[in-house]
Amino acid sequence: MAKLMEIRWHARGGQGAKTAAILLAEAASEAGKFIQGFPEYGPERMGAPILAFNRISDEPIHVHCHVTEPEVVVVLDPTLIGKAGVTEGLPENGVILVNTSKSPAEIRKRLKMEKGRVMTVDASAIAMDTIGRDIPNTPMMGALLKATGLMPFEKFMALMRSNLEHKFKSKPAVIEGNLKAIERAYQEVQSDDDKS
Amino acid sequence: MGKRVALTGNEAIALGMRQINPDVVAAYPITPQTDIVQYFASFVSDGQVKTELVTVESEHSAMSATIGAAAAGARAMTATSSQGLALMWEVVYIAASFRLPIVMPVVNRALSGPINIHCDHSDSMGARDSGWIQLYSENAQEAYDNLLQAVKIAEDKRVMLPVMVCQDGFITSHGMENLEILQDEEVRTFIGEYTPDYSLLDTKRPVMYGPLDLQNYYFEHKKQQAEAMKDALPVILEVAEEYRKLSGREYQLFEAYRMDDAEYAVVIMGSAAGTTRVVVDELRAAGEKVGLLKLRVFRPFPYKALQQVLGKVKAVAVMDRADSFSGFGGPLFSEIRAGLYDLETRPRISGYIYGLGGRDLGIDEIKRVFAETKMIARGGDAADLVTHLGVRE
Repeated sequence: MAKLMEIRWHARGGQGAKTAAILLAEAASEAGKFIQGFPEYGPERMGAPILAFNRISDEPIHVHCHVTEPEVVVVLDPTLIGKAGVTEGLPENGVILVNTSKSPAEIRKRLKMEKGRVMTVDASAIAMDTIGRDIPNTPMMGALLKATGLMPFEKFMALMRSNLEHKFKSKPAVIEGNLKAIERAYQEVQSDDDKS
Repeated sequence: MGKRVALTGNEAIALGMRQINPDVVAAYPITPQTDIVQYFASFVSDGQVKTELVTVESEHSAMSATIGAAAAGARAMTATSSQGLALMWEVVYIAASFRLPIVMPVVNRALSGPINIHCDHSDSMGARDSGWIQLYSENAQEAYDNLLQAVKIAEDKRVMLPVMVCQDGFITSHGMENLEILQDEEVRTFIGEYTPDYSLLDTKRPVMYGPLDLQNYYFEHKKQQAEAMKDALPVILEVAEEYRKLSGREYQLFEAYRMDDAEYAVVIMGSAAGTTRVVVDELRAAGEKVGLLKLRVFRPFPYKALQQVLGKVKAVAVMDRADSFSGFGGPLFSEIRAGLYDLETRPRISGYIYGLGGRDLGIDEIKRVFAETKMIARGGDAADLVTHLGVRE
């Protein structure tokens, strides 16, 4: 893993990008990493474009400025492509992960991306199947894990289980649904050829 | 050995308050309040603290009720941010002049208008002359550590002054970071029991708080308040040493980072100090003799200790996250300049106002400040004595 990994989440208010950034930060922290997880607070409301960020490192993190050149971008809503500057600051060896039923090749065309790596997964469909609602944040965490190799899959699932059990004590069905969603996205995410 | 956790700055403060288990918390529960009070309220509901939580109708009432509780001999706390601190104004001064050891977390956010919810230091800087001790925190760890130390500083019989524990709004208050926390028992042993010398409820030794105090004695009481603020400096260091033995984490009045042989330096407070430290490392790796002075204790203002460190460099850039609209830079800038005036050889000092209303302070802007300060250290002249950094003209 790179010394410091920076991740930017693009979503619409209500899709759970902030929660995903916080859950990812918690899991990485429990795995011994140094972390930051923070949303960009604005006049957010249901449906408005929002951003959230992660920094994950093997060493203590001191910076408190914005993430401007994330090597990983996660897009929870494909309708943000062309509107929210999703590829802004993405380096040539960066990865962009999109929640869509389309193939990486189609998304690459829409993004007008020549370099880097494009990955896609139908997180919304997975969320509908497993959780019963179109909340694509947790499945996208599974796809992100595959893209980054942040930690071994089994370790991540164990940490997520314990975090979700803590958060949803009274709703065991929600816990199992989310874990299944993460696992399916981890398996189903597609990547085109790395052009970096 | 502490326990490693991932928390937001506000969660860290609320957790510290749970460990402190104050007798009374009186707080306004609605915006501009932060989720510190929301988390703490759940600790109260879950029976994890014995605190009497009073949710009042305004911040003026929050501070008033906290003062009442503290005067009655309770260990009392509140928390606020931005406009909330502004509305407390009148009673904030009274807390200090009653010599009540209230501890108040402040989440630093901009003041209206225009309306803005993001980070700057205008709120607590406005209260800099209210007689409160002020500690500033770079991250969630420091906010937590400063909170625990604040209780012991405030309640020291040589001090008996209220303390604001400041952290940067959203940047650290709502951002999740790693920190190490102490065990509940360790915290309780560290802060000890609070035994007030004067309590309204002590009927055997009746006392009066807040009487009329005219030409005869008002001035003497103000002098005592001023002396207590000066006496707080060694107490803050003693408490820091005791805390170091407990936690392994070292605190001083300020952190002097790579200052030993520095030729020029930046002075800054709060979360941006972390970003500045990264820039210092980068410039040092390129052979530049740069340093960082991160001020932790703004009140009392430790000008003598600052003289020893800043007196050795050739140029200093002082960075304020607040404008005092004095026409002479931010509050930190003018106090650093005044504090170094008596030195026979003193650095040249320029001021930068940055980050108002949450404007990001990036690596490149800090590099620009260092580059300009280097030029001044080598005998050049600053384009402006005070610069509003990163503002569009």
